[in-house]
Amino acid sequence: MSGNAHLRADLAAIAEMIPSGARVLDVGCGDGVLLEYLVRTKNVDGRGIELSQQNVNACVARGLAVVQGDADTDLAEYPEQVFDFVILSQTIQATEKPSQVLAQLLRIGRHVAISLPNFGHWRVRLALLAGGRMPRTQALDYSWYDTPNIHLCTLADFVDLARSQGAAIDRALTLKDDQVSGDIRPGAWGPNLLAQGAIFLLRKK
Amino acid sequence: MTETANPRFLRPVSAPSAETGKAVNFGVDKPLKLDCGRTLSPFSVAYMTYGALNEAKSNAVLICHALTGDQFVASDHPLTGKPGWWTRMVGPGKPIDTDRFFVICANVIGGCMGTTGPADNDPATGKPFALNFPLVTVRDMVRAQAMLLDALHIDCLFAVIGGSMGGMQALQWAASYPNRVRAVMPIACAARHSAQNIAFHEVGRQAIMADPDWKGGDYQAHGTRPSKGLAVARMAAHITYLSEMALQRKFGRNLQNREALSFQFEPDFQIESYLHHQGATFVDRFDANSYLYITRAMDYFDLAEDYAGHLADAFRNSPNRFCIISFTSDWLFPTAENKRIAHALNAVAAKVSFVEIKSDKGHDAFLLDEPEMFDTVRGFLSAVAAAEGVA
Repeated sequence: MSGNAHLRADLAAIAEMIPSGARVLDVGCGDGVLLEYLVRTKNVDGRGIELSQQNVNACVARGLAVVQGDADTDLAEYPEQVFDFVILSQTIQATEKPSQVLAQLLRIGRHVAISLPNFGHWRVRLALLAGGRMPRTQALDYSWYDTPNIHLCTLADFVDLARSQGAAIDRALTLKDDQVSGDIRPGAWGPNLLAQGAIFLLRKK
Repeated sequence: MTETANPRFLRPVSAPSAETGKAVNFGVDKPLKLDCGRTLSPFSVAYMTYGALNEAKSNAVLICHALTGDQFVASDHPLTGKPGWWTRMVGPGKPIDTDRFFVICANVIGGCMGTTGPADNDPATGKPFALNFPLVTVRDMVRAQAMLLDALHIDCLFAVIGGSMGGMQALQWAASYPNRVRAVMPIACAARHSAQNIAFHEVGRQAIMADPDWKGGDYQAHGTRPSKGLAVARMAAHITYLSEMALQRKFGRNLQNREALSFQFEPDFQIESYLHHQGATFVDRFDANSYLYITRAMDYFDLAEDYAGHLADAFRNSPNRFCIISFTSDWLFPTAENKRIAHALNAVAAKVSFVEIKSDKGHDAFLLDEPEMFDTVRGFLSAVAAAEGVA
């Protein structure tokens, strides 16, 4: 396998941040597409946690070291700073307790790469303002009553949470129409209005 | 230390086509030091192998058998003539591929298929050990396996794989000899035997001991066999290997060879005659005292106990790659117990995969046709072989 054209844009951006041979934990690794890419092309020591047993079984059958588990409860069992990189892609908004999950990620990983959708995007704001109903977007295409995304936030909200957890934001990239931007200034108002999502690289200060 | 072609079996080998395996006889210079403080010497380990050892000796896979299993994992049983107990899993092109791996399976210490056990003669008396046989543990079984590997000049296993009590041995391997194995695959097992499991074993043992033909364990000297007690033990245990759902699906309340209830204590129901059959066929191939000893070894198994109650410490700095498999309907070694092992491994950042497979077949699922299990075993072994550079 060469290149990363088949990876989702945010995953490709995360993959680029990770050096060869790193010890990586992908929390909510899904069907293992990123993990497999990292193992094959970057020779990482990769592990995964995934909630769906069906996904876990598929990952293990493909030779990935994945355990069935829940980000909300099962991160506590890992020792401190044991991974070079911990990845949480498009998952934090679906956790029960995002602040505790983030605290655990910063505890067990020296670097934490998080991608998340931006609920502050202008279309979302406009949909609520003009339509008066909970917005449905391409990235968040659920009715309010059956969405797994129970803790949506804006990029500005997330930056506040990260800072309150004592995290340094080493990098911030925005996502727009499946394109990843260059680094932006965390907390700037522009991306919070214009980006559909973002990728943050954090570490405990 | 000598190697012999024909291990000593309890009864004459009857199946004409069966391979009877090999045995290594450890002389008095190679005693087996047991956890109970006693030593066993001389002793024999009977085993079977499948496939070929490569030049680098890097492709050896040890398969550990369960309570009533034996070394005939992929070949006909010499007493019953029936196919090996894991032919779905082990063989050419199978998930544990004997075209690729050199598979070793040894009868456990205390067993009755050629490895020294209570039915063998005590060299001190010239009579069967019976209850003078020392209590053995899962760790003792693993020690004997390590001595077998020494005798076969194999330093490091590619993998150790086992279900149920075989899984306990796999875990013990990871704890005792982390540098003599790469991949560790415990299936449908636990790091400790639960109170409920000890309870079921005790029912079985009491059934054997309550049989007047058991004669305080000296049935060989008396020319008797506690077949009824052993059959009842097997019947009770067999229920724990299945699931309520599987029993209902397979038997329901169906009657056996009759149109109506007999109003007697004949086996009216199909499930009754099924259990009778399980009991009756079991006593033909298994020694009652072996059953006592091996169930006791499982009862004593609590891996965390050797590490001051911290299971994770059993795997600290482990270089091994683990793959744990459980089955949804297994109530003997439920998912929670298997997950406990995975959690302990996570706590020391060991390389671990954990898979729970949906099945209604209960504990016995690991012996049956479970495609998801086969995919998991195949995928895991291939990935480890690629990572470790084993062809």
